[in-house]
Amino acid sequence: MHTPDANVSHSIPRFGQTARRDAWWVSPIVTFICLSAFVIYTTWAAFQGEYYHHGSYLSPLYSPEIFGDSPHSLFGPKPGWWPGWLPFSPALLILWAPGLFRLTCYYYRGAYYKAFFLDPVSCSVSESKKRYTGERAFPLILQNIHRYFLFIALGFWLFLLQDVWQALWFTDPATGEKTFGIGVGTLVLAINVVLLGGYAFGCHSLRHVIGGMLDHLSGSPVRFRAYKCVTCFNQRHMIWAWCSLFSVGFADIYVRMCAMGIWTDWKILL
Amino acid sequence: MATVSFTIFRGNSPDTGAFETYSTETDEGMVVLDAVHKIQAEQANDLSVRWNCKAGKCGSCSAEINGMPKLMCMTRLSDLPLDKPVLLQPMKAFPLIKDLVTNVSWNFDVKKKIKKFKPRPPDNTDGTWRIAQEDVDRVQEFRKCIECFLCQDVCHVLREHRMHDQFIGPRFLVYSAALEMHPLDTEDRLPDLKNSEGIGLCNITKCCTAVCPEEIHITDNAIIPLKERVVDRFYDPWHWFLRLFKKS
Repeated sequence: MHTPDANVSHSIPRFGQTARRDAWWVSPIVTFICLSAFVIYTTWAAFQGEYYHHGSYLSPLYSPEIFGDSPHSLFGPKPGWWPGWLPFSPALLILWAPGLFRLTCYYYRGAYYKAFFLDPVSCSVSESKKRYTGERAFPLILQNIHRYFLFIALGFWLFLLQDVWQALWFTDPATGEKTFGIGVGTLVLAINVVLLGGYAFGCHSLRHVIGGMLDHLSGSPVRFRAYKCVTCFNQRHMIWAWCSLFSVGFADIYVRMCAMGIWTDWKILL
Repeated sequence: MATVSFTIFRGNSPDTGAFETYSTETDEGMVVLDAVHKIQAEQANDLSVRWNCKAGKCGSCSAEINGMPKLMCMTRLSDLPLDKPVLLQPMKAFPLIKDLVTNVSWNFDVKKKIKKFKPRPPDNTDGTWRIAQEDVDRVQEFRKCIECFLCQDVCHVLREHRMHDQFIGPRFLVYSAALEMHPLDTEDRLPDLKNSEGIGLCNITKCCTAVCPEEIHITDNAIIPLKERVVDRFYDPWHWFLRLFKKS
């Protein structure tokens, strides 16, 4: 038995029109909400300039602290040459680097092109734009410098690793003596470094630089092993990307709450 | 036995064609192509559908099932919601011939334009080469492609923006990657990839990877590595500097 069906259109002319019946809109909406929340929170936190350290803990949004008032500062307090009209926060000096690393990341590019630029909003769903230049024209052609932000991000990761080491040493307020210990904050910062490492070491550009550019990987056994290792991280790049995003935000919240005296940092081992 | 409805596009033009709904009895284990054949045999003898192997290896029965590009022979009815009629449409990225059949010859024309495999001189006097297994492992994945062109169909650069004259599509980026990364190949395809083949038009939505029936990691293992090679050649200032140094 067959009947003509006038309710289904073959052409898909309007934005968002699709014959898909699954919940294709969930992924771009969740991406939009999570990325927007992260950007808003980190921007707010970066401009605060206070409550970013607590004892031996330093918020990852402020590390490395090039200039600043905390004991973690590498080169002392705010420099005298800093323009008076420009708001100062140690985070503003460094946050551009990890920010641009994520902005130009191959995974995030695909995700925010869908969620923010609706280009396309999802697979097999009609778009709003008629003119399309992809990543061939300005400004998206600049995405091609992702590898340079990777190199900076790897340097920053080493500073975060050092922050975890410092978070293992607690100062006795009475004697000023430093003793080894593990607090909840130590674990928060350590987990954050592991997740950020998983994300950075699975970067597509790193995979290329470390060995992907070669056609004869067998001729470079060390690079071949490194390539396999990066490939292993790269296979879960999306998971690492999201987990590290949340962990950075949570680590800052944890340090901020402890510094404000709202949360107590429980010591697991001291 | 259960009665399932199928809404199938009928006609030889997207403008004049129309959808018709057919109901047919189905058995456990049937795939969409089985049902289409049953409808063709019992209700619509003039229904056009392209198929060959019924085993997911020939890539002939590509169509859009409930809006997503899929192989009809690999889509089980038990995996689809059957409370509404199953919607079957031809691929949208290619010209329609009739009903579920499209003209995919554009793909074969594109393939002819890609620079062919150009091996280095043989390693041995008997005209053979020696290749390390780890060097060919990477390109083996790309050879799984069955040329069903579902990735081409879902790619919004072709499907929505109709940039067939500027972009070769995911299938041929995979093909180019298989050649470009081959340990014996000496041809240089990077200028073509950047210019006439339009690799910069890909914005990494990973839709091609999502629909690939052979589960080739098209974006991560083929397109992005090729994009990185194009960056080496054309966009990375450090590589420009190195090339100047090498020339001098």
